[in-house]
Amino acid sequence: MKDNYKRIPMPVRYAINFVLLLAFLLIVNELINNKTISLSYYYVILSIGVNIILAVSLNLATGYLGQLPLGHAGFMAVGAYASAILIKNIGVTWYTVPLGMIFGGLVAAIFGIIIGIPALRLKGDYLAIITLGFGEIIRVVLLNIDSVLGFKLTYGAASLKNIPKTTNFLNTYIVVIITCFVIHTMMKSRHGRAILSIRENEIAAEACGIKTTYYKTLGFVVSAFFAGVAGSLYAGYLGLLNPSSFGFMKSIEILVMVVLGGMGSMVGSVISATVLTALPEALRAFQNYRIVAYSLLLIIVMIFKPSGLMGRYDFSLSRILEKLLNLKSSAGKKSDERGS
Amino acid sequence: MKKQMALSVIINQIMNGLQSGSIYALVALGYSMVYGIIMLLNFAHGDIIMVGAYIAWYSMTSFAAHPLLAALLAIVGCTLLGVIIEKVAYTPLRSAPRISLLITAIGVSFLLENLAQLIIGAGAKKVPAIFSGAPLALGAVKISFNAVVTIIVSLVTMALLTYMVQKTKMGKAMRAVSEDMGAAQLMGISVNRTISFTFAIGSALAGIGSILYVSAYPQANPTMGAMLGLKAFVAAVLGGIGSIPGAMIGGYAIGLAEALVSAVGLSVWKEGVVFAILIIVLLVKPTGIMGRPMQEKV
Repeated sequence: MKDNYKRIPMPVRYAINFVLLLAFLLIVNELINNKTISLSYYYVILSIGVNIILAVSLNLATGYLGQLPLGHAGFMAVGAYASAILIKNIGVTWYTVPLGMIFGGLVAAIFGIIIGIPALRLKGDYLAIITLGFGEIIRVVLLNIDSVLGFKLTYGAASLKNIPKTTNFLNTYIVVIITCFVIHTMMKSRHGRAILSIRENEIAAEACGIKTTYYKTLGFVVSAFFAGVAGSLYAGYLGLLNPSSFGFMKSIEILVMVVLGGMGSMVGSVISATVLTALPEALRAFQNYRIVAYSLLLIIVMIFKPSGLMGRYDFSLSRILEKLLNLKSSAGKKSDERGS
Repeated sequence: MKKQMALSVIINQIMNGLQSGSIYALVALGYSMVYGIIMLLNFAHGDIIMVGAYIAWYSMTSFAAHPLLAALLAIVGCTLLGVIIEKVAYTPLRSAPRISLLITAIGVSFLLENLAQLIIGAGAKKVPAIFSGAPLALGAVKISFNAVVTIIVSLVTMALLTYMVQKTKMGKAMRAVSEDMGAAQLMGISVNRTISFTFAIGSALAGIGSILYVSAYPQANPTMGAMLGLKAFVAAVLGGIGSIPGAMIGGYAIGLAEALVSAVGLSVWKEGVVFAILIIVLLVKPTGIMGRPMQEKV
């Protein structure tokens, strides 16, 4: 029976997904161009994009690797400032936007290596503590670095202003897709399996010959890289950066998205990042109650469903299509049998 | 003359450091005791201080309560709150993975801050003076009455705590449960009651800390606990988390380090220095000054 199960070949799967993603891109782009989607909703869409990248990248470290970094906003801040300063200095041309993103991501990744190699040798809660400390240090440094350097670099509490607004729907969308694609394929690869095994049981993984420190650092650094990329998108979308927006609270906000969606579920992160970004905009009138509900929700989800709303479930369109295909063919086979 | 001035400035800074260090030490004790017993970083601990400060403010401004009564109310309120949080949020998760427990703690902290903001408002409230008295004069050096009270109260509290943990039956139970929860249960110790008691004691210490804090910085706002909690937590890690004398040493060390950084004119870097200390401690000696090395079990 199992052998008769029809499968969709890989190239076709990619083609289906690609076509659907392209169709979505074109539809939304068209809606934006003919102003069906108003400007305020447009900005909500951009911030949804940024938050999806943040949540998916944090999910790599929290859900797949099983660590609890509390300084994700720190990496985002590093990437945001790095790319903003770069773009401000070299001006906007066609190649500066991707260059800025890659630069922001790389700087964040370097910080990820610097903090990750020592931190990941420590076990358990210490990683949470050390990344928390790191995030706060980044904020304090961004706030006060100018007085040490003697010239204006980050402008401290006065905010880094006049950053070219280069973020638009097209590049946000492409970066979101690339982020999800890279992390998804990475998790399906040999390296991804190694990372998952560390989450399941670090000692057993080590005993199987997996270089746990290497893979922990790898997961952590990739996560930091995408946080940096998200930061550079954020800088290009807001046009101004202030260290206070990258505090401990921001890290927690991203963590809430990951946790509610389900630790280890990419579709969970995407959905909860979308909902948790869009809902507050829709419920502006209930602003105050919203955050209270937010925190209550976090506690309730942890008590009743600690794995998050989606658990570790991951959505796969091809899997559903395959099921439908086989349903039909097995129904057809049954009628054949009856006929003979 | 100039030399004497410099000396008095140094002594003043040391006293400032000891004053804030005493508060950090009291708060760090709460972190440390809870971590020692259920291995939970209780992120809500800092926010219990915030609630304590608000109770003191409310009872003094709305009922014109005597400052000492207000202080007592704040301590009792904090104790109850700590126990309620433990019963409602942490007990159901006793057997859950540690990461869920940690996230719940973050959720509780979030909830307390935002509830305070919703009910009382984001603006800072001025808390009336709690202790009033003439400053203590030692030659050219004047030490504020608040500083004297803070240091004495914290020392007495810590002495009492040490006595309780070392000499009483409940203290013995606490030590047993933190050593091995299963074995303690087999010996007939009520684990749930011991854990609740630990939360009660830790929160009462936070309540005392909140009173001392508002007597030094007389205002209350919803996020005041967050940074104070984080710094106290650094103090607990520095001293060796899970260790009571460690938390005291760590608290004073952080307070003095902060005062030192301010004294040399780098007060904007104060928080950065505190967290840098944290990272250095974790890299050089992750178990802290007094901590026991943790064993890894399969």
